[in-house]
Amino acid sequence: MEILKVENLTMKFGSLAAVDNVSMAVKEGEIVGLIGPNGAGKTTFFNCLTGYLQPYKGSIFFKEKEITGLRPNQICRLGLARTFQVVQVFKEMTTWENVLVGAFCRTRDVRQAYAQTIEVLKFTGLADKKDQLVGNLTIADQKRLEISKALATKPKLLMLDEAMAGLNATETKEAIELIKKIRAQGITLIIVEHVMEVIMSISDRVIVFDSGRKIAEDVPAKIVQNPRVIEAYLGVSFHA
Amino acid sequence: MVKMESSTLSFFKNPTIIIFLIILFLLPHFTQNIHFHHVLIMFLLYATLSQAWNFIGGFTGLVSFGHATFFGIGAYAALVLLKKFGLTPWVGMLIGGGLAALLAFLIGYPVLRLKGHYFAISTFAIAEIMERLFLNWKYVEGAIGLPAPVLEENFLNFMWYKNKLPYFYIVFIFFLVVLLLAYKINRSRLGYYFRAIKQSIDAAEGLGIDTAKCKMVAFILSAFLTSLCGSFYAQYILYIDPPSVLSLDISIKIVLVTVLGGAGTVIGPILGSAILIPLSEYSRILLGGTGKGIDLIVFGALILLISVWQPQGLVGLFRQGRK
Repeated sequence: MEILKVENLTMKFGSLAAVDNVSMAVKEGEIVGLIGPNGAGKTTFFNCLTGYLQPYKGSIFFKEKEITGLRPNQICRLGLARTFQVVQVFKEMTTWENVLVGAFCRTRDVRQAYAQTIEVLKFTGLADKKDQLVGNLTIADQKRLEISKALATKPKLLMLDEAMAGLNATETKEAIELIKKIRAQGITLIIVEHVMEVIMSISDRVIVFDSGRKIAEDVPAKIVQNPRVIEAYLGVSFHA
Repeated sequence: MVKMESSTLSFFKNPTIIIFLIILFLLPHFTQNIHFHHVLIMFLLYATLSQAWNFIGGFTGLVSFGHATFFGIGAYAALVLLKKFGLTPWVGMLIGGGLAALLAFLIGYPVLRLKGHYFAISTFAIAEIMERLFLNWKYVEGAIGLPAPVLEENFLNFMWYKNKLPYFYIVFIFFLVVLLLAYKINRSRLGYYFRAIKQSIDAAEGLGIDTAKCKMVAFILSAFLTSLCGSFYAQYILYIDPPSVLSLDISIKIVLVTVLGGAGTVIGPILGSAILIPLSEYSRILLGGTGKGIDLIVFGALILLISVWQPQGLVGLFRQGRK
């Protein structure tokens, strides 16, 4: 079943089409990678899907329900959660309080939300840092917290915007493990990433953006051989 | 283990708070000094006002410089309804609260979309407009002001002349109720939502928080409670005019008290009021004659010191002390 369907989505800033007539679909349980050079429109595409931007044209369907034009909070409540490229944590709160805010999405009760919070923190491996102020967390942990907050809202589809940017090799490996664990929970994922090793190793399908347009969509093995993708983004060295 | 007690009871298990409340309640009974009673009443009134302001300005982070509007509406509602219709101020107080809430809803719809300074400026502008309107409104005696009618001293008339103690009891109950409300909300989902909105509105929206609705709830609640305080003030002073209940001074004083004590905390408004109100009242007595405004200079200096050394307010000092 298609959990997400996008039809002819266009987003314009003035006369510039940051996203130009993009259509795509995501099946339940998939991991879809989204790549492309800087300025290709990946984040704008994310923002349209999650309600932060109102698309200029086109429609978005989530679980067969049209969500075009809904507010971000409504989309989150339907089960589509996201993380931000620049981490958006609540700086004056502790780790567990940050996640608690997400958990309140599904329950009003503080105790229930707290139980859910602890569960999520154990799942993402932040349980031992739960009482720290998030300002004191490392960038890797903040990215992990960003994912924890989104998970606490119990999403069906999770969209990660560069959740691994700025991580070292070990941290990246841990992040990949986490993403695999999330998929094992039955959560569908869309991942924007610049780290090719990551995208190619965990995605079932890869979609390539360039100048607002979708230029390719295929399994990773074929994407790396696609001449348009090599020209626009990967470069010759990756091809070799 | 983090304490997750959200019951009202846990508040009253804290011995410091209980002792503080008991001493506070007994304080006016130790002396017959009327002026001391007045300072106590003003302290409690401003602590309550700041607590009310805190919902929108402190927790939610939308700094309103227009709360005098809601204060004034409460004051005028109580006195006008009493004077023109003989309605008991208790009912007038509720009607005033309703009107303030309605106004908050109407102006909140456009204004709450603004961020940071723009919200502050627009609330300030609305309050200025309201003061001008009342200054020229014949029905409520415009700039001349509205004295309360002389009625019998009793609870229903909300009037006492010889003794300030009844006012003290009433404002003490106000203070206690709003304090409890703030304490409960602070630990509830709504409280977390308020703070989340303050710290990152995008992240808050992304976690399923209807930020527009939450801001509106904070604003309306804040306006309603502020208006009740305004009605109390009118019945306490028994004379109101636009400069005394609708002016920028009041808006600013509410902000100062909260920020000095610690915006976005439950204890902050109490600390701020305990320092600023006696300071303002006594410096007015001691220095008032020498030239208007020395008390305000002291105020200003204090704010400067706090903002330089302890931007979190006095609460920050206490927290450091504990560590």
